[in-house]
Amino acid sequence: MWDNIKEFASEFFVTGDPLIYGADVAIGLSIVAIVFVMTYFKKWTWLWREWLTTVDHKRIGIMYVIASLLMLFRGGVDALLMRTQLAMPELEFLSPEHYNGIFTTHGVIMILFMAMPLMFGLFNLVVPLQIGARDVAFPFLNSLSFWLFFWGAMLFNVSFVIGGSPDTGWLAYPPLSGIQFSPGVGQDFYIWGIQISGIGSLMTGINFIVTILKMRAPGMKLMKMPMFSWSVLSSSLTIILAFPILTITLALLFIDRYLGAHFFTLDGGGNPMMYINLIWMWGHPEVYIVILPAFGIFSEIVATFSKKRLFGYKSMVFALMAISVTSFFTWAHHFFTMGSGANVNVFFAISTMIIAIPTGVKVFNWLFTMFRGKITIKTPMLWTIGFIPCFVVGGMTGVMLSVAPADFQFHNSYFLIAHFHQVLIGGVAFGYFAALSYWWPKVFGFKLNERLGKWAFWMWGIGFYVCFMPQYVLGLMGMTRRVNTYSWDSGWWELNLVSTIGGFLMGIGFLFQVWQILHSIKHMERDTTGDPWDGRTLEWTIPSPAPAYNFAVIPHVNERDSFWEEKQRRERGLVPDPQPELEPIHMPKNSGIPFIKSFCWFVVGFGFVFDWLWMSIPGVIGIIACMLAHSFNYKTDYYIPVEEIKRTEAAARGSI
Amino acid sequence: MASARKHSSASAVEAHHGHGEHHDLESMRVMGFWLFLITDCIMFGSLFATYAVLSGSFAGGPTAAELFEMPGVIAETFILLTSSFTSGLAVLSMHRGNVKGLIGWLAVTVLLGASFITLEITEFVHLVHEGASISTSAHWSAFFTLVGAHGLHVTIGLVWMIAIMLQLRKHGINSVTRRKVTITSLYWHFLDVVWIFVFTIVYLLEVM
Ligand code: HEM
Ligand SMILES: [Cu+2]
Repeated sequence: MWDNIKEFASEFFVTGDPLIYGADVAIGLSIVAIVFVMTYFKKWTWLWREWLTTVDHKRIGIMYVIASLLMLFRGGVDALLMRTQLAMPELEFLSPEHYNGIFTTHGVIMILFMAMPLMFGLFNLVVPLQIGARDVAFPFLNSLSFWLFFWGAMLFNVSFVIGGSPDTGWLAYPPLSGIQFSPGVGQDFYIWGIQISGIGSLMTGINFIVTILKMRAPGMKLMKMPMFSWSVLSSSLTIILAFPILTITLALLFIDRYLGAHFFTLDGGGNPMMYINLIWMWGHPEVYIVILPAFGIFSEIVATFSKKRLFGYKSMVFALMAISVTSFFTWAHHFFTMGSGANVNVFFAISTMIIAIPTGVKVFNWLFTMFRGKITIKTPMLWTIGFIPCFVVGGMTGVMLSVAPADFQFHNSYFLIAHFHQVLIGGVAFGYFAALSYWWPKVFGFKLNERLGKWAFWMWGIGFYVCFMPQYVLGLMGMTRRVNTYSWDSGWWELNLVSTIGGFLMGIGFLFQVWQILHSIKHMERDTTGDPWDGRTLEWTIPSPAPAYNFAVIPHVNERDSFWEEKQRRERGLVPDPQPELEPIHMPKNSGIPFIKSFCWFVVGFGFVFDWLWMSIPGVIGIIACMLAHSFNYKTDYYIPVEEIKRTEAAARGSI
Repeated sequence: MASARKHSSASAVEAHHGHGEHHDLESMRVMGFWLFLITDCIMFGSLFATYAVLSGSFAGGPTAAELFEMPGVIAETFILLTSSFTSGLAVLSMHRGNVKGLIGWLAVTVLLGASFITLEITEFVHLVHEGASISTSAHWSAFFTLVGAHGLHVTIGLVWMIAIMLQLRKHGINSVTRRKVTITSLYWHFLDVVWIFVFTIVYLLEVM
């Protein structure tokens, strides 16, 4: 009996590595600390009522942002561990197996559990405010999406200390990820963690398409909609077309592993190349899904801080849509070297290069917007300006990679690593950081400290170039990706050392961001105007932080940049139309079902990872029960009375 | 700004306002459901693509033409087509405001759906018995996954329709139940269309 328990524990808990023991202790201590603080200050009911059950898009957005920043920390630590291992030749800081686990979790976490949720956070924080809506189309579903992401991410993350991390790369190619070569549980954590959060992403895509198409303020024709909302629409369309493919791909991999099927195995007639095609049919659009909103963000910021209308609005809209469509026809550029044949490669090479055209259009539009503008450099603008050269260089190396014959040289080398980090960090991460500092006052009611923000920017910006420029060279010198060490006579060590230093500079940049947030919470610079940047779009017309119902009166929109135009008219002495009367506001009620249901998914996933049907079956029953409970519940809304709106508005405008 | 606003009677506004908003909400839900159907189409599309690539890979095991028993499959097809028709009749009853007819036709639809599932399970058992299980070869993996995914959808539809029948008994026909019935019937027709593809591509092409 005792032996059985010991054997079980040694498989269940990951052991044998000081880093992991350290993490165990840290996780244990933080859980104890959280439980203690919450109990001591009697905050559990508050947490449940105000946050875990909330259907308010702004709160859901805040939770997304917090969760994704935590994931940025975890993914960042992974990155620095890798860079430390590579700083010098022949280091034995990480074992090869551990290195494999870390590059896999780093890649997955950064893209799926950092970039995606940060993006969804921004969708939630901004879109309803920007289009003059009181909520998203399906608030209940929105909360469900968040909790599915959350519990999926948790499931993926516990693999680190329970059972073992996946270690077959962020796209888990079979046959390596099949049961024969990866018999451990890591791969199942990968499948279930991504699957659960992926279903959440799919629903968010649907939610925001309907929100944008159906809930715009009266008068806001599509061609009068702010650019960020446009980018969210194009990103959401790409999500609903791409994520179902991921769902199926992961399901097939799981069926192979769990039921012994032969989709991707080498025996039984399976075809691993099928998987590689399927996963990239999702994977390539996925990188556009995360970059498109960044384009929208930069468009908003450039216009605001140049005090000019966005140049080439229509071409911008067209470029966004062109990119979301074209992104579905380029997937094979990820495996030019895998024998698809010359004609196929030519098709995909050309379709890839075509994407450079709309992207170039956008860059010129931003530059023309700035041209002759009254530019003020605040942190959001700084990130935007830092992004442009980064994206231009990253885009050009991308075109180099899309030349199929040349790719035989670049493929799987550090050149590729440098390229995609340039677009992912310089484009996606910088873009979302810009967005956070731009919309922060609207969300929290106070501004972030400018000085610390600038420090963070410069650390990230300089660190970025120091880290990744040497990697282009290393790639050309023949260093391949996913190597955990190299020899002294390779001649790579100086560049690798420089690269590691750059990585740590970015780490310091992250610390500055944390410091910036903490410092700004303490020394609040209140935003009493609701319009701290002299903005142009609807979200700046309401108080900061936005009240639960967003708009006391739904605005009417007659032109693009409507708030800006109205401010111009007021300056010319024209009096705005009187506001219509207040009416009671219809709101959705909070619900605990999304949290509980998503937790049930976690239980199901965990059960399947360890092959414990006794755990999965009750989980499935729980999910069905939650669905029925929701279906049978007809009391899902309430009205905010006029009196209360008046009180809230008066308090928010400081006129009490 | 605030001075322009006048106090108004909350209840009067609520009656008027609430109605308009609800209407909107219901139409948004239907639109959301259409988008969901698009995603489901893509899922089935991926499964069909996989099936197409792997359909010839029997790896020396039993082939489809050897094992398929078409009479059962044709019966399944007729049953499902009929159930699509009865779910249409349910919607017609709903438009006529006839709760009893609505529930009755839904019950017929559920019964037909359940017989479909029963036949399908019988077929699966038979195949496994003959030596073709999900782990036999790539062809059978693709077959069971694709047909099974459709069957799972049908099962979910059954549970859902039963839940709606209970709600109809309690609440009668109102804007919410009406939307729910509309959506399930959309879903049911969609499954029918998917089945026609399954029938043609998986069964007919294989035995012809
Ligand atoms: C703090 C800055 C970062 C540093 C220093 C860093 C460093 C690294 C390193 C050393 C690798 C492994 C290369 C190898 O051995 O194959 C890697 C891989 C990767 N990184 Fe990053 N990274 C950073 C940020 C990011 C961000 C923000 C993203 C995405 C939004 C990202 C996405 C990826 C992906 C997808 C891989 C491929 C993983 C794989 O090979 O399976 N990284 N990164
Ligand atoms: Cu690509």
